[in-house]
Amino acid sequence: MTFARGVGQFYPVESPLHALDPRAKVVATALFVVGLFFVDSAAGFLAAGAVTAALVAASRVPLGAFLGLLRPVLFIVALTFVFQVLFLREGPTLLAWGFIEVHEEGLRLGLVLAARILILVTAAGLLTATTAPVALADGMEDLLSPLKRLRFPAHEVAMMMTIALRFIPTLGEEAEKISRAQAARGADFEGGGLLKRARALVPLLIPLTVGAFRRADELAEAMESRGYRGGVGRVRYRELRFRARDAAALLLTALAVGVAALL
Amino acid sequence: MADPTSISCEHLTFSYPGAAELALSDVSLKIPPGQYVGVVGPNGGGKSTLVRLLNGLLTADSGRVQVAGLDPATEPFEVRRLVGVLFQNPDNGLVAPFVEDDVAFGLENLGVERAEMRERVREAIASVGLAGYERREPHTLSGGEKQRVALAGLLAVRPEVLLLDEPTAMLDAAGREEVLSRVRDLAGSRTVLHVTHHLQELFDADRVLVLNGGRLAADTTPLELFSDAELLRENRLVLPTVPKLAADLGLPFCRTPEELAAAVARRSRDGVQAR
Ligand SMILES: Nc1ncnc2c1ncn2[C@@H]1O[C@H](COP(=O)(O)OP(=O)(O)OP(=O)(O)O)[C@@H](O)[C@H]1O
Ligand SMILES: [Mg+2]
Repeated sequence: MTFARGVGQFYPVESPLHALDPRAKVVATALFVVGLFFVDSAAGFLAAGAVTAALVAASRVPLGAFLGLLRPVLFIVALTFVFQVLFLREGPTLLAWGFIEVHEEGLRLGLVLAARILILVTAAGLLTATTAPVALADGMEDLLSPLKRLRFPAHEVAMMMTIALRFIPTLGEEAEKISRAQAARGADFEGGGLLKRARALVPLLIPLTVGAFRRADELAEAMESRGYRGGVGRVRYRELRFRARDAAALLLTALAVGVAALL
Repeated sequence: MADPTSISCEHLTFSYPGAAELALSDVSLKIPPGQYVGVVGPNGGGKSTLVRLLNGLLTADSGRVQVAGLDPATEPFEVRRLVGVLFQNPDNGLVAPFVEDDVAFGLENLGVERAEMRERVREAIASVGLAGYERREPHTLSGGEKQRVALAGLLAVRPEVLLLDEPTAMLDAAGREEVLSRVRDLAGSRTVLHVTHHLQELFDADRVLVLNGGRLAADTTPLELFSDAELLRENRLVLPTVPKLAADLGLPFCRTPEELAAAVARRSRDGVQAR
């Protein structure tokens, strides 16, 4: 069992996208994702797809990383597509074969949804691949901080993100170690049906969970003894600066997605 | 400050909620600034409990604690500014996904101004010999390196007191030496309380405390402890190989094989002359 990095992880190279303020990137991504729901023409998707592809190229993140990101969602995309094509029976019939009928509207919606999901996942992947986890957490804290007045724990949420990012690889390594130990005792994680495999995971998840709680205890002690007491009076190590280029990036994103929606 | 004690405990008693036995009972001691104090004793002796009481993670049931003139029970944040704790498992002590962010964590909490923070982080990382590791992720480091990152995080805050709770227990021999030599080099004028199960780590300590069953069983010097077979046995302490051999041969304390060899040679020469 391997716990690949890659999926939505930071890819530390230098690029114009890496240099942007994380807040600008988060807002731009949100804009883009929302805008995508108003795109419904072939031309619109071509435009949105072309913009995404251009950004992927500009990010200097190898294409393989994005393809790896898309692999797990391909199944969902295929399923959605088949569902729409087979069960949406509106518009002229394109094909009829026994009880299988393909209608124009079904094919259209299937393609729309598939394109939407693929572009969406790539856009989200662009955000996490080009933004250092700490910067992402800091950016989220800033963006959520207006909600502090409504007692929303913006700092705590950001801290949780940071800690999660710190411990995901550590827990992954631990899971690998445990599963190797269990495999040495004859556990089989690979073979059998879905249910059997799920059941084989139980002896892995229990020690992992227990270990995580112990870690959490020790981490809390370490944080406290290093003077942590929440967000009050804290100064962040990294400074976020919203520059002209961040404003430009935001504007261009809004423009691109607006045009794609109108096409 | 005119206060000549760095750490003082008076009749310190503590038991964990629900526990039948006292984790610490009637412990009194005074440590002057700058002393390097070892703390040893069997499992469950109360060593970690003492450490936690000294920085306000726990509060005593009765008795008094003072660190740098402050009471950690009532002013934990002030005390934590002055006291750095290095725990056993560095994997669970590092908070941030990158080395430099982790080293900055304590400074962030203190609200140190950003330009100074950068400077101190850079210095601290360099001082533990990890310059160039700023952007490394903790899970890609060796145990010794992780523990040095944790040490850098403490030093960046510039504490007056260092509490080390078995900082080498999870490390191999090389990692142990790596961490301890940094601690020795960087301790400077700080007070150090060093909990360990390895007596060889305390050869150079000014003083050793023995905690057993929550009681302060001895407050002595390394040399006296090492030559007191009775005290060692009572507290299940095992001498390192070389001093053990010396003791078995009836020789005075020896720390290195060379010293032992010299002592053996001296005795056989003296023995020959006596005959
Ligand atoms: N969180 C806890 N809850 C309840 N009892 C505890 C807890 N931690 C420690 N104890 C008990 O308190 C006593 C002292 O434990 P402490 O951890 O201080 O010992 P120690 O000297 O650090 O031992 P070790 O060498 O194993 O680290 C032991 O009897 C232990 O079982
Ligand atoms: Mg302990």
